[in-house]
Amino acid sequence: MSNTTAVSLESRLSPRRVFIDGIFRFFLLTSITFALGFIFMIVYRLWKNAGWLLSWDLIKNFPSYDIDSAGFQSSIMGSIWVVGVATAIALPIGALTALYLESFSNKKSKLQKLVELNIQNLAGVPAVVFGLIGLAFIARGPLSWGFTVGSAALVIAMLILPVIIIITRESIRAVPPSFKEGALALGATPWQAVYRLVLPYAIPGTATGTILAVSRAIGESAPLLLLGALSFVTFNPTGLDSGFTILPLAIFKYASDSREEFQVLASAGSLILLAILFAMNLSAILLRDRTLRKRNV
Amino acid sequence: MFTVDNLKANPPSDVQKRKVSTMTNAGASKNPLQFIDPVFTLTDVSVAYGDFVAVSDVNMQIPSRDITAFIGPSGCGKSTLLRSLNRTNDLIPGAKVHGEVLYHEANLYDSKASAVEVRRRIGMVFQKPNPFPKSIYENVAFGPKVNGRPKKSELDNIVEKSLRSAALWDEVKDRLNDSALGLSGGQQQRLCIARSIAVEPEVILMDEPCSALDPIATLRIEELMMELKKNYTIVIVTHNMQQAGRVSSYTGFFVTEVNPVSDLRTGRLVEFNDTKKIFSTPDDERTEAYVTGKIG
Repeated sequence: MSNTTAVSLESRLSPRRVFIDGIFRFFLLTSITFALGFIFMIVYRLWKNAGWLLSWDLIKNFPSYDIDSAGFQSSIMGSIWVVGVATAIALPIGALTALYLESFSNKKSKLQKLVELNIQNLAGVPAVVFGLIGLAFIARGPLSWGFTVGSAALVIAMLILPVIIIITRESIRAVPPSFKEGALALGATPWQAVYRLVLPYAIPGTATGTILAVSRAIGESAPLLLLGALSFVTFNPTGLDSGFTILPLAIFKYASDSREEFQVLASAGSLILLAILFAMNLSAILLRDRTLRKRNV
Repeated sequence: MFTVDNLKANPPSDVQKRKVSTMTNAGASKNPLQFIDPVFTLTDVSVAYGDFVAVSDVNMQIPSRDITAFIGPSGCGKSTLLRSLNRTNDLIPGAKVHGEVLYHEANLYDSKASAVEVRRRIGMVFQKPNPFPKSIYENVAFGPKVNGRPKKSELDNIVEKSLRSAALWDEVKDRLNDSALGLSGGQQQRLCIARSIAVEPEVILMDEPCSALDPIATLRIEELMMELKKNYTIVIVTHNMQQAGRVSSYTGFFVTEVNPVSDLRTGRLVEFNDTKKIFSTPDDERTEAYVTGKIG
């Protein structure tokens, strides 16, 4: 026994450090409990209130003053139209802007810094301000497009554009620079390197980010409030010049009705909106996980 | 005028290639080794990143169809110099090359020279294998595809020929459509070499190509280099002196010099000579100290 070295593996952490560790863990748990608790509470209340009302009829029916045949079809279609067109506008512009800023522009120029700063600022501008701009310049003023799907889509496009630029830049930055170096060393032009290697690699990240930006935009009501979306629309949009309403505002309209049945209807609409958001966020997560799995072969 | 195409038609014989003079005329004081039709002629070349001069006043010629090695301690500017030979430094903002880098008779940094054309003729293999996240086939086909639109059958031929030249064909011929990322490190590096060969460059620059590989994979790359030097000019940067001794015919030794007054550091070419001489009876005592392991 005398040949062995005596060691003690007992913890030598001071009680103070153990205590601080404990406090820190406590705050972490409290935070996540609060965050999740709120969501569960909202969903639970809505479900208890209006879960029994959910049916395909609710989605298929148009708004009506008759509670038994009232539904959300025109507002769901309106939301899909507005957000769909907005994405079709904002995604290519945003992705190309990000590509230029990340891969081609001179990163040290003052202009670039100014543009970057402004994109960050734009992402933080309150949505209602975009609504006012839309009202002044698109619905009225120079474009005079009126309270139409087109006007609304342009406003929502402005709203999500900065977010798409920022997210796309992040996913481009995540592409290993060695790909581009390797491609250039083979005599590829910078555009070929970007088009054939950087872009394909950045697409999943961009798609994930865009879905998240869009799912945020679907729930957005303030800017479209100013563009005449708060109206009783009993038809689906037929094109860009068509009048429209959107799901959040249809909910708002039912909720502000004095009759209690209609407030239940508003809760049911909220559940539909939440279900759409969950589905979109879930698809974003699945897309991200699938890409990561494929890359780690 | 580039003369590469003529050169390919009439490869110089060994006699022609041999150095013609050592320290005989005035110009030779700057260029101790002179070759007939060298691939590169560097005259007073310095490379700077902003205010930092990574390597300065390099004068050397690099011979055709042979292996030239750059050795020296870390930070001596040898990789920087290598990267200036195919304008890879252009990608780094603030990088600037002074002096004259002649590729045959054409100035690499001439305002009319296109970096894209330069890099197609002068390929590069990097320290860390960097296969693209594509199939093995697509990796090799990438270069030919960006340099033109070859037919499928042509492309198949190029891919097979390149993989054979890189001694990789037998290992991957049954899984050309598998991801290149599934290959081992050594296979990936040989794939990167195959990828370079596929665009038929004249020169392949190798920046510590074996530093991320195990000894057996390293040996295979070295055997490959000995094979490739029959058709290609290879310039290799290596930290491994045995490697330089085994594969190269000529070796340049670089050190970092610290200016005693300004305390600025810069890399310098101390000695450029036959590899045998560098490792047996170098002219400069710093070279001797380094190759015998006294410093570095």
